Amino acid sequence: MKFSEQWLREWVNPANDTQALMDQITMAGLEVDGFEPVAGKFSGIVVGEVVSVAPHPDADKLRVCQVSDGSQTVQVVCGAPNVRDGLKVPFAVVGAVLPGDFRIKKAKLRGQPSEGMLCSEAELGLSENHEGLMELPEDAPVGQELDEFLKLNDVTIDVDLTPNRSDCLSIKGIAREVGVLNSLVVEGPEIGPVEALHSEVPEIAVKAPEGCPRYLGRILRNVDLTVESPLWMQEKLRRSGIRSIDAAVDVTNYVMLELGQPLHAFDRDEIEGGIVVRMAKPEEKLVLLDGQEVELTSDTLIIADHAKPIAIAGVMGGEHSGVSEKTRDLILEAAYFDPITLAGKARHYGLHTDASHRFERGVDYELARDAMERATALLMSIVGGEPGDIVEVVSKQDLPEDRTVDLREQRVADVLGLHIDRTTVEEILTRLGLHIDKLLKNGWRVHVPSFRPDISIEEDLIEEIGRIYGYNNLPVTEPIGSLGLRPQEEAVRPVSAIQDYFVSCGYQEAITYSFVDPKVQNLVDPEREGIALANPISSDLSVMRTTLWSGLLKTVAYNQNRQQPRIRLFETGLRFVNDNDHIDQQPMLAGVVTGNQLPENWANGRRTADFFDVKGELESLFQLLGIEVQFIPSQHPALHPGQTAELLRDGEHVGWLGTLHPQVQKKLELNGTILMFELFLNSIVSGYVPNFKDVSKFPEVRRDLAIIIGSDVGFADVERVARKHAGEHLTALRAFDVYEGESLGEGNRSLALSLFWQHPERTLNEEEVHSLFNGVIEALREELGATLRS
Amino acid sequence: MENLDQLVQDGLAAVGSAESLQALDQIRVEYLGKKGVITQQAKTLGKLSAEERPAAGQKINEAKGQVEQAINARRADLERAAIEQKLASESIDVTLPGRGQDLGGLHPVTRTLQRIEQFFSRAGYTVEQGPEIEDDYHNFEALNIPGHHPARAMHDTFYFNPGTLLRTHTSPVQIRTMEDGKPPFRMICPGRVYRCDSDMTHTPMFHQVEGLLVERDVSFADLKSTVEEFLRVFFERDLEVRFRPSYFPFTEPSAEVDIEWGREEDGSIKWLEVMGCGMVHPKVFEHCGIDAEEYRGFAFGLGVERLAMLRYGVNDLRMFFENDLRFLRQFR
Repeated sequence: MKFSEQWLREWVNPANDTQALMDQITMAGLEVDGFEPVAGKFSGIVVGEVVSVAPHPDADKLRVCQVSDGSQTVQVVCGAPNVRDGLKVPFAVVGAVLPGDFRIKKAKLRGQPSEGMLCSEAELGLSENHEGLMELPEDAPVGQELDEFLKLNDVTIDVDLTPNRSDCLSIKGIAREVGVLNSLVVEGPEIGPVEALHSEVPEIAVKAPEGCPRYLGRILRNVDLTVESPLWMQEKLRRSGIRSIDAAVDVTNYVMLELGQPLHAFDRDEIEGGIVVRMAKPEEKLVLLDGQEVELTSDTLIIADHAKPIAIAGVMGGEHSGVSEKTRDLILEAAYFDPITLAGKARHYGLHTDASHRFERGVDYELARDAMERATALLMSIVGGEPGDIVEVVSKQDLPEDRTVDLREQRVADVLGLHIDRTTVEEILTRLGLHIDKLLKNGWRVHVPSFRPDISIEEDLIEEIGRIYGYNNLPVTEPIGSLGLRPQEEAVRPVSAIQDYFVSCGYQEAITYSFVDPKVQNLVDPEREGIALANPISSDLSVMRTTLWSGLLKTVAYNQNRQQPRIRLFETGLRFVNDNDHIDQQPMLAGVVTGNQLPENWANGRRTADFFDVKGELESLFQLLGIEVQFIPSQHPALHPGQTAELLRDGEHVGWLGTLHPQVQKKLELNGTILMFELFLNSIVSGYVPNFKDVSKFPEVRRDLAIIIGSDVGFADVERVARKHAGEHLTALRAFDVYEGESLGEGNRSLALSLFWQHPERTLNEEEVHSLFNGVIEALREELGATLRS
Repeated sequence: MENLDQLVQDGLAAVGSAESLQALDQIRVEYLGKKGVITQQAKTLGKLSAEERPAAGQKINEAKGQVEQAINARRADLERAAIEQKLASESIDVTLPGRGQDLGGLHPVTRTLQRIEQFFSRAGYTVEQGPEIEDDYHNFEALNIPGHHPARAMHDTFYFNPGTLLRTHTSPVQIRTMEDGKPPFRMICPGRVYRCDSDMTHTPMFHQVEGLLVERDVSFADLKSTVEEFLRVFFERDLEVRFRPSYFPFTEPSAEVDIEWGREEDGSIKWLEVMGCGMVHPKVFEHCGIDAEEYRGFAFGLGVERLAMLRYGVNDLRMFFENDLRFLRQFR
């Protein structure tokens, strides 16, 4: 909310400067977002009077004027269309400086001397309005400094109010806060009943009392809306961020800013029958004041007459029933609309108005009558007219309940960590307008006024006390812990250990969006459909990722497009899969690798990373985690059919490793071989706690062999068979060479293995080893068709 | 025996001119070996009288010793030269870069999260996780933000359907933790959160850390110390911290936390908002089945990217999620 500092100071005027005042209200919880001077920086501008106007001999659009500055009359050439005899205007005399450091000098315009300049609002930095001269009231004292006359030593303060503080959406509310903070009495204008001058009253029927527990109407007859609202009112509105429209609208806006009650004025001649407050009927239409036609929904509270809707309650009036210069009789409306009924309605129609902002947050439900009287009095002083009586329709049971809240002295101390003495507590509450109904043995019974809908429990009162006392005046103490120490599972490695491992393997961690491009995801995970957002930010961020690859591959593309050929990325995070109406949200660990395995330098060579580089990195990871994982040849739609491994731990799927399928790669416009893996984090983080075994003191025996075997037989099978026949004292088995060549015959390859044996308690003898070794060779021949390579 | 002196002279000369260990060894055999010319002199002893023999024997031994000493000295010289030569041939350019893998790096958000987690872990907080696709109840209702609440407008929520959404904050993890356990609680929840907003200063996904402490006896004053200490440890500076009254539906009283971040032109402190916090609202306790008369709690929430930006001087939020390697590598 924007407001004029001067206006606030009319209500309460603490002895602090603008900055101190803003700091003070910020620290009370009304955060000042910014402030702006209400006019540009200028000097030498006075109230001038145009004494006479004559045509310019050589220019059609210019006029030669005689202008008085109060002590002398000088000639000024002016091009403004509204310049005329007797007009009072801001007059920049010779020597004046306008905003932008523009100095006024004697000049000649098309041959005619001109001593000074008549100014528009825009030229003075008062508004954007540069259509014509700013017109000052007829009674403006000629010769008076303009900033003195307009009281321009003022700033517009913008407070960013939290949604609970609807009470501060007015000068009155902010003044109340400032009063409490400075222990000052707050004084507003006197408001009293306006005497009725006729007996005509509007007919009002409230058909939806839960949405509109209180509705007031009054007829004001014979107004003259050709009369503009006075400059002081226009200025206060302008300085509070509201443009002047006409006297009726200005007055309703003025009272809304002043007291916090939105009001509306209807043209009585456009109302058929009486006023009806009801829910809209389906398909009813209304053209709003802003010109747009809306189709109303049946959950919308509206104001109607006997024939048609005339306003969306608490949001905006209709164009048809709005006031104009021709309006003679007004119906003024002041109501309390229920915040829950109005919640979200303005937004539904693409609107956000000063009225809806206030009603949604909760207007003081006892304010309508005062606001009506205040508006009536102001209107009569400007546009004349004869008021009738106020008609008030109230549904007591639908008004917010009158609340009292008990506050315990001890609870204040417990929550804030400081005992605040009773007098201080009482003073804070009272100045905030919270009445102490009753003194209790251990505290107070506090009556919550109608303007504080946010206060309903003890804690709300404690916050008020803490806030006014000052959070920064509260002590700082260390919390006392009653928690015991927590267990620490050694077998479970923290994710940070995995992250650190990949970092040391040269991977850069990425964090990609959890929502991805469905087109990309359909390529890398065609078998699952990503859960779609109802309101995505854009189509390429519209479905939840089913695999972290969707985001990582996009990141590869992003970096390849920026001359980064060597990319090693990993990410951890949830993936989202719809599993029989249940959303499965699993933490994953995924990586992508492309380009050289090692950074290019004189010693590292330029070998492109391949499957076994990444497999080796994963194997080390599994050692770090203390788990055993099998790599099983398999198929995945996004992976190269001959370079895909499914990862199993104790027979259970834990993830995938493979090379991106060349066709998918092409569609994603990616370069080079891309290796990728994805693992279920929860399936791999828990390993084992080491368990000591004796170290054998006896020598280890090694035997090597080379076999020729069909290329379709996996090493895993060879290892399995060899281990089965190598006896219990085999300590290691390694493949130290793999070779494929013409000499071996089509479809064959050669595998060279080393086997290591060691007995824990004695030296193995030659015959034992020989027999085991031969047994292995024999089994490989029989079970897998291997032949010993000579 | 004059012959012996001559032999020694010859031997020493030969040793002096030996250019290799091999040649030296030959000289040793020639003079001192079993059939060496000096060793052979011992045979002459038999011809001498018993009285002359010891003196002559000693002379021969001295002669042997003299030559042997010279051989040893020469050997040491030759060995040293050989080693020096070998070392010289083995010297390398130690200024060439090393072999092997470059180091990768953690994402700056993770790096920041780890520092935050370390601080709170030391203070006895557990690290909890929760779902990111949340239900309306845990994200809003249980946190005292009912359907019509104006605070919902502050959360631009991504929906899947009316009851299911992407969590807009990490606060629902508070609820889940309290639902599943018994007080007291000390926990933080780091994680991704989502708001339907994207411009210069907003990304549709970002990270928060939520903290919660529930004890029998805890106050706003305790909250202040926790937050102040955290911020000073995080920024490694004794900076000014202030608490400004604010509003969150799930805390009462609520505060926003500003830190000192430079000075204004007039010398006054420039404040920067970094966190929100407050005492757990009794309604929230009620939703979780905790007696608000028996327990009190405080909660706080902070934006991780914001802290990372301040800490590392990053000036564009969006860079965190572009994952440009040239950006990421700066944080390893």
